[in-house]
Amino acid sequence: MTKALSISQLHKTYGNGFKALKGIDLSVNEGDFFALLGPNGAGKSTTIGVISSLVSKTEGEVSIFGLSLDTDRVAAKKQLGVVPQEFNFNQFEKVFDIVVNQAGYFGIERSVAMKSAEKYLRQLGLWEKRDNPARMLSGGMKRRLMIARALVHEPKLLILDEPTAGVDIELRRSMWQFLQEINAEGTTIILTTHYLEEAESLCRNVAIIDHGTIVENTSIKALLKTLNRETFILDTREAMTNDPIVEGYELACIDSHSMEVDIEKGQSLNELFAVLSDKGIHVVSMRNKANRLEELFVNLVAGRKSVKEGNEQ
Amino acid sequence: MTIQEQWIALLTILRKEIRRFTRIWVQTLLPPVITMSLYFVIFGALIGQRIGQMDGFDYMSFVVPGLIMMSVITNSYSNVVSSFFSAKFHHSIEELLVSPTPNYIILSGYVLGGVARGLTVGFVVSMIAMLFADIPFHSVGVTVAIVALTSVLFALAGFINALFASTFDDISIVPTFVLTPLTYLGGVFYSISLLPEFWQGVSQLNPVLYMVNAFRYGMLGISDIHIGVAFTGVGLVTVALFITALTLLNRGTRLRS
Ligand SMILES: Nc1ncnc2c1ncn2[C@@H]1O[C@H](COP(=O)(O)OP(=O)(O)O)[C@@H](O)[C@H]1O
Ligand SMILES: [Mg+2]
Repeated sequence: MTKALSISQLHKTYGNGFKALKGIDLSVNEGDFFALLGPNGAGKSTTIGVISSLVSKTEGEVSIFGLSLDTDRVAAKKQLGVVPQEFNFNQFEKVFDIVVNQAGYFGIERSVAMKSAEKYLRQLGLWEKRDNPARMLSGGMKRRLMIARALVHEPKLLILDEPTAGVDIELRRSMWQFLQEINAEGTTIILTTHYLEEAESLCRNVAIIDHGTIVENTSIKALLKTLNRETFILDTREAMTNDPIVEGYELACIDSHSMEVDIEKGQSLNELFAVLSDKGIHVVSMRNKANRLEELFVNLVAGRKSVKEGNEQ
Repeated sequence: MTIQEQWIALLTILRKEIRRFTRIWVQTLLPPVITMSLYFVIFGALIGQRIGQMDGFDYMSFVVPGLIMMSVITNSYSNVVSSFFSAKFHHSIEELLVSPTPNYIILSGYVLGGVARGLTVGFVVSMIAMLFADIPFHSVGVTVAIVALTSVLFALAGFINALFASTFDDISIVPTFVLTPLTYLGGVFYSISLLPEFWQGVSQLNPVLYMVNAFRYGMLGISDIHIGVAFTGVGLVTVALFITALTLLNRGTRLRS
C-alpha cells in the first residue's frame, strides 16, 4: 500500500542543544485518519515542522507519497497541506486574499485559485467574511481560515497541529465532521492532539510520542483495549510448577512464586482469588505492573482535568 | 515548478507587496511626498536663491536629482525591510516556506515590491519637482537605468537587513546610522568639487555618490564622476547583494530553526 508519509530515524537537535526528536519512525497509509498523540513538549510540532520544511532536521529521512524531502522536495511540498498550531497569517490581509495568494505560491493560476478559495471558504463557513481583514475573525474562524488555506491547492495529505485547541465544543464537532468528510473523499489526514478523546472519535490509527520518541504505534481500537486493561503481579505462598488455569483470566507464571494477570478495568478479582484458593494457591501480596503507556495517559488525563476544572489541585 | 508556475508565484508576491504599500499609503507614499516638497520649497525656492549656481545650474535644478534619488533609496529599502521583517515576525513567511516557490522567486518578488514603491515615490516626487525646476533631461536612458538599478540595490540591502533582524529596532538601525549619513554625504546637496581634496577622496568611497551623480548626469548632463564607473560599480554591488541574499535564504538563516 502507498505510504502517505514515512519517517525513519528522524532526529532533531535545536540550536540550543536540546534534543527534541530522538529517532522517530512513523508511517501512515494513504487514506488513513491518523493521530499523533502526546503531552505538551513531546515533539509533535517539531515533527510537523520537519515534514513541512519549517524546521531543518538533524538526521533521518522523510518522504511524502514516496517523494523524499531530500531529493524531491518541490514535488513533495505539492502533496502536503499544513495547518500549524499558531496563527501564521498576516492579520491585516483579507481572508480571501490569504487563501488565493497561498494557491499562487503553489503556481496555481489566479482564476482557478479564486474558484478553489471560494469552494473551501464556503465549506468552512467563511465566505461571508471573505472581505474582512483576518484580525477581525474569532479564534475558531481563524483556525478554519488556516484549514481553507491548507486545502486550496488540493493536497493529498493534510496535517493539522492541535486543530481544536481553544475551539469551543460546538465548533469542534463541526470541524470534526468536515475533516471526516474530506477524509472520506480521499484526503489522508494526520492530526496532533493531546486529547485522547479527539483521537478516539476521529482517527483509525495512532502513534504516541513522548520525550521525542514514539512509545506506541497501533490502531485506536487496540490502544483503547490496552488502556482498558491492567496488569497485576501476584506473589504466592506455594510454589507453582505450571501456569494455573482459571477460566476467564489469563495467567502466566513469572517464576515459581509469582504470576502475572491481565484484568479488564471493572472486572472483579474475588472470583480469581476463590478459584486459586480452591487450587491450594494462596496470594500473599499483589502489585500493579508499571506500564509506561498507562502512566502517560494518567498524566494526560490528569492534565486535562485540571484544565477543565480550573484551579483545583 | 515549471517556469509558468514560478511566474505565477512571482506575480502573486509582487501583487501582495503592491497591495500592502498602497493599502497603507498614508504611511508609505504620503510622507516622502510631503518631505520632498518641503525640501523643494526650502532649498530650492527659499535658500537656493542665495546659494546661486552650482556646476552651471541654479541650485534648485542641481538639488532635484539628488532629492529624487534620496527618496527612491529610502523607499526601496524601507519597503522590503519592513514588509519582509513583519512577515518573519508574524510568521506569515511560512506561507512561502511551505510552498514549492523557489527562493530566488521569493527574493525577486520582495525586491520587485520594493522597486515598485521606490519608483512610484520617485515618479510622484519628480512630477512635483517639475513644478519648481526646469529639468532638461539630458539622457532619459541613463536616468531610468540608474534609478532602476539603484532601487534594486537598496531593495536587496533591505532584504538582507530584514533577514538578520530579530527586533523592530534592528530594522531602523541601518537606515538611521548607515543609509541617512551615506545619502546626505553622497553629493545630494553639493558638488564634491566644493570639498577639500582629502574629503573628495573620502566621498569617492561612498556608493551613493555614484548613483546620485549618474542620475544627475541623466537629468542635467553634469557629473562629478565617470558614468561608466558608476554603472559598473552599482551593477557589481547589485549582483553581489543578490548572491548574498539568495545564499542566506537557501541556508534558511534566521528563518528555519
Ligand atoms: N526553537 C526551539 N529551540 C529550542 N527548543 C525548542 C524549540 N522549539 C521547541 N523546542 C522544545 O522542543 C520540545 C518539543 O516541542 P514541540 O515539538 O513544540 O512539542 P509539542 O508540539 O509536542 O508540544 C519542547 O521541549 C520545546 O521546549
Ligand atoms: Mg505543539
